[in-house]
Amino acid sequence: MRYGGRAALVAAIAVLALVVGCGGDDSDDSGSQVKAPEGPKAATEVGAGEGQVNLIAWAGYVEDGSTDPKVDWVSDFEKETGCQVNVKIGNTSDEMVTLMRTGQYDGVSASGDATLRLIAGGDVAPVNTDLIPNYADVFEGLKNQPWNTVDDQAYGVPHGRGANLLMWRSDKVKPAPDSWGAVFDADSPYKGKITAYDNPIYIADAALYLKATQPDLGIEDPYALDDKQFQAAVDLLKQQRGIIGEYWSDYTKEQAAFTSGDSVVGTTWQVIANLLEADKVPIKTTLPKEGATGWSDTWMLGSKAANPNCMYMWMNHIISPKANAAVAEWFGEAPSNSKSCAETAVKDHCDIFHADDEEYFSQVAYWKTPTKDCGDDRGAVCKDYSEWVQAWTEIKG
Amino acid sequence: MATGTIARKPARRALAGFLWRHPRAQLSLLLAGPIGWLVIAYLGSLAVLFIAAFWRLDTFSGEVVHEYGFENFQTLAENDVYRTIVLRTVLIAAAVTVTDAILAFPIAFFMAKVARRRVRALLVVAVVMPLWSSYLVKVYAWRIILAEDGILNWALDPLGLSGPGFGNVATWLVFSYLWLPYMILPIYAGLERIPDSLLDASGDLGGGAGVTFRSIVLPLALPAVAAGSIFTFSLTLGDYITPQIVSSTQFIGNVVYTNVGVANNLPLAAAFATVPVAIMILYLLAARRMGAFESL
Repeated sequence: MRYGGRAALVAAIAVLALVVGCGGDDSDDSGSQVKAPEGPKAATEVGAGEGQVNLIAWAGYVEDGSTDPKVDWVSDFEKETGCQVNVKIGNTSDEMVTLMRTGQYDGVSASGDATLRLIAGGDVAPVNTDLIPNYADVFEGLKNQPWNTVDDQAYGVPHGRGANLLMWRSDKVKPAPDSWGAVFDADSPYKGKITAYDNPIYIADAALYLKATQPDLGIEDPYALDDKQFQAAVDLLKQQRGIIGEYWSDYTKEQAAFTSGDSVVGTTWQVIANLLEADKVPIKTTLPKEGATGWSDTWMLGSKAANPNCMYMWMNHIISPKANAAVAEWFGEAPSNSKSCAETAVKDHCDIFHADDEEYFSQVAYWKTPTKDCGDDRGAVCKDYSEWVQAWTEIKG
Repeated sequence: MATGTIARKPARRALAGFLWRHPRAQLSLLLAGPIGWLVIAYLGSLAVLFIAAFWRLDTFSGEVVHEYGFENFQTLAENDVYRTIVLRTVLIAAAVTVTDAILAFPIAFFMAKVARRRVRALLVVAVVMPLWSSYLVKVYAWRIILAEDGILNWALDPLGLSGPGFGNVATWLVFSYLWLPYMILPIYAGLERIPDSLLDASGDLGGGAGVTFRSIVLPLALPAVAAGSIFTFSLTLGDYITPQIVSSTQFIGNVVYTNVGVANNLPLAAAFATVPVAIMILYLLAARRMGAFESL
């Protein structure tokens, strides 16, 4: 019975590990505010290209014609600059942060919920925007924002932006909703057919709704939530869990759910709405009266970049009117360059995506990384992202 | 070329002679590859998992701090949600196992004892056939079946009923479908080993079908059922893709996945991943008592 004895021993050790695990001590995390570490200073000139550039990007941001021969804004860049573009697709902001930490990439198209983490971690370097001629044409509303600039130092160039909208099946949901209340109301007639974005960052959507409906909570920024505000948002989402049919994280999942009618109302991206409309599914979208969360992406330069010159050239290229227009149309978002609007194939693209509509975007709270430091006089009492992640696990149950 | 062969031959002879004289060296050379694989790739990764479980995450910079402590296990123990998730995963895995055992037994019995050779071969092919197509295709097919405007609701509609929709029930259904072949094949192999003469003897001694089943077939086939249950149970326990596609339910695997992929909290993921390892060790010990390993 030697074998049995040993297996029992292994099991005993495993059980012991679990039991002992319950009685450990806990040490305090050191909470602090976003501070850029002492690192390389921004470049003062762009030298000759190194022959290649290694990027991390969202799917659809770097297209060289291999997906669709007509979709190509990379080949010309490669010919002009001699920089061969290598791209690695990141599926989530979190994956992008992990990839950048390897130090093997020159640049990344980071959303606002990744940028501060990258800056704080010293994974990205300051960017001298004077070396990027096209930066001058970027919409003012995108420059010097808290997610791309720290201590007045820019850490990248704005790529494009979009809002998370409220979408509904116009044949099943009547009257048309104009408030996020449609997805938070516990007695909703659409119980079991409501959907939500399956990511901790969705907690901000609940906070945004509470900001409008429960002013006594005093929520200013849906990403800087102290104990009481955070608890209220989590409670609202736990209540919402009961009326959710299913969550979506993959955009094809939401597309399928709205097509089949498994979901009839919930949060969406413009690009999903466009795909559904192309399939003749009767849907409508709106930016609800409480405002919405959204994203604003930034091309950032890796602090350990082996090819910084090519990366500077790439940052200039990707926000050039032509390339920026092409990306924005392919992905379905608002471009960052004001001159892009003249270059889109669909003439009213910028109108559809509200590219130059600062009032529209003033209602949008862009994704950013929740940190312990609230960024106001409350100090370091806010919930950081890891607490958001744990809360999200609890909400889903 | 010719000189090379001559030069090589004595060397080969010498090696062969050495190995013949030292059977232990022969054996260790033979097993070095597979055992090396097992120890380094398999046990090595398990060891790393256990070690990582005691590290912690610096929540601000998101970097793993290599200091040992029990923080992760404390988090797991203090929050009800993790207990709920473990319980749900184990219960659904158990339900899937029982369902598959009940469905598989008659099919396996028919294949092993009743069907003729041709039919038997056809049935084996039929049982194995689903394994030829991709796992994802099968799960997405179920998504279409269970959807609001899917075939199940269409079929149930005239009866005034509707399908379960996406949720725990859907997860149970899909898992039962996915892992059924892994239950049928071991039971089939186990039943085939029971001599027909035993069944005849039972009949000759006056045992009816029920008695024969209860006191001859079932006890002899039980190790095979236990062997099949190892597959269905462990496969369900470790899966996270099916729950994600046909429900919004969280399994242990989903929490591990979120902590690695979304939160970048490798230590907590590692700590939670030790739970199914512990469950499986207990399960395997129980299965061994039932003689499952003789039936594999």
